[in-house]
Amino acid sequence: MSQPGTDWWTLGVIFGMAVITVVTRSFFFISSRPWHLPRWAQRGLQYAPIAALAAVIVPELVMTQGHLIASWQDARVFGATAGVAFYVWRRGAGQAVLGTIVVGMAVYLPLRIGLGW
Amino acid sequence: MTVRLGSSLSALLRHPEFRTGVQEVSGVAPGLAAWGLMTGVAMVNSGMSVVEAVAMTLLVFAGSSQLAGIPLIAAGAPVWVILATSFCVNLRFVVFSAHLRSYLMHLPRPARLLAGYLCADMTYVLFVRRFPHPSLEPAQRQAELAYFAGSSGLNWVSWQAASLLGIALAQWIPSAWGLGFAGILALIGVTCSLASSPMRRVSAGVAGAAAVAAFALPYKLNIVVAIAVAVALCLLLESPAPSDRRAAE
Repeated sequence: MSQPGTDWWTLGVIFGMAVITVVTRSFFFISSRPWHLPRWAQRGLQYAPIAALAAVIVPELVMTQGHLIASWQDARVFGATAGVAFYVWRRGAGQAVLGTIVVGMAVYLPLRIGLGW
Repeated sequence: MTVRLGSSLSALLRHPEFRTGVQEVSGVAPGLAAWGLMTGVAMVNSGMSVVEAVAMTLLVFAGSSQLAGIPLIAAGAPVWVILATSFCVNLRFVVFSAHLRSYLMHLPRPARLLAGYLCADMTYVLFVRRFPHPSLEPAQRQAELAYFAGSSGLNWVSWQAASLLGIALAQWIPSAWGLGFAGILALIGVTCSLASSPMRRVSAGVAGAAAVAAFALPYKLNIVVAIAVAVALCLLLESPAPSDRRAAE
């Protein structure tokens, strides 16, 4: 089979997506006009980073095809638990995040590839 | 002009905070790289040509928005649907940009837009973890900028290298291995490092539950809903600061 061709429609869409990325990520600092966030919003924003991460992570761990997982035989749950346990054990010292990744994958991959969980 | 830009860039690279930024991202880079690798594989497996896949990784540089857009492009969906999806998946960055505004407004607009392009989830989270409050002093601002340059620079390079590798090796890496899970583990590690106060743990718990409950919403809007619910609840639960109460009266 030959390689798929490149077409201008797709390249145009990709360029549009790049513009959307920059606009959304810069949304509130594109304009140079002076403007201040209300105080309550400033306080609220300190809770936003961890909320965003949890909102991305949790569905990836406990859902499959839009439904909650029904079986505990899921490599993701064990991998994530092992990773968190490692982080808590190390109390976040040194390269604890790297350790979380390595320990989590060391539990996840054998369950996933070996047992098909 | 070029000389001034060059010298200010080399001052940033020599700043000790540049190295700190590089070091802090290096801990999460393997997870992000595995995620980038799988994004590269996904692009090629969806039927994109190598040129298109390379253009997408270099220009769009947004994992979640790319993964959402790939099947739509493959299906030939209307352009506005693809762009609207991309916008909605990126809505959390609009929240982040409100947060980053006070750190960045002293820069000229092209530099701010470059910072916006480079600002992925991880770079934003690590940045506000290291600098909880924006500074008005030039020396401290330079430190913030150097840290951002180091962390976002390494983040960009490792994501792009892994993504390009994924594009090159797409045929040999089955997605069944689940290597992308390393990216989730990297996010989990950073979440643990942010969970430094009881209210933040509440925020994480509420957002996680809300994201599952609202999962049926289109365009990954469940993430934005989850952030809004968690932040609103934390604001209600925390005791209001005295200055706020006075302002409200």
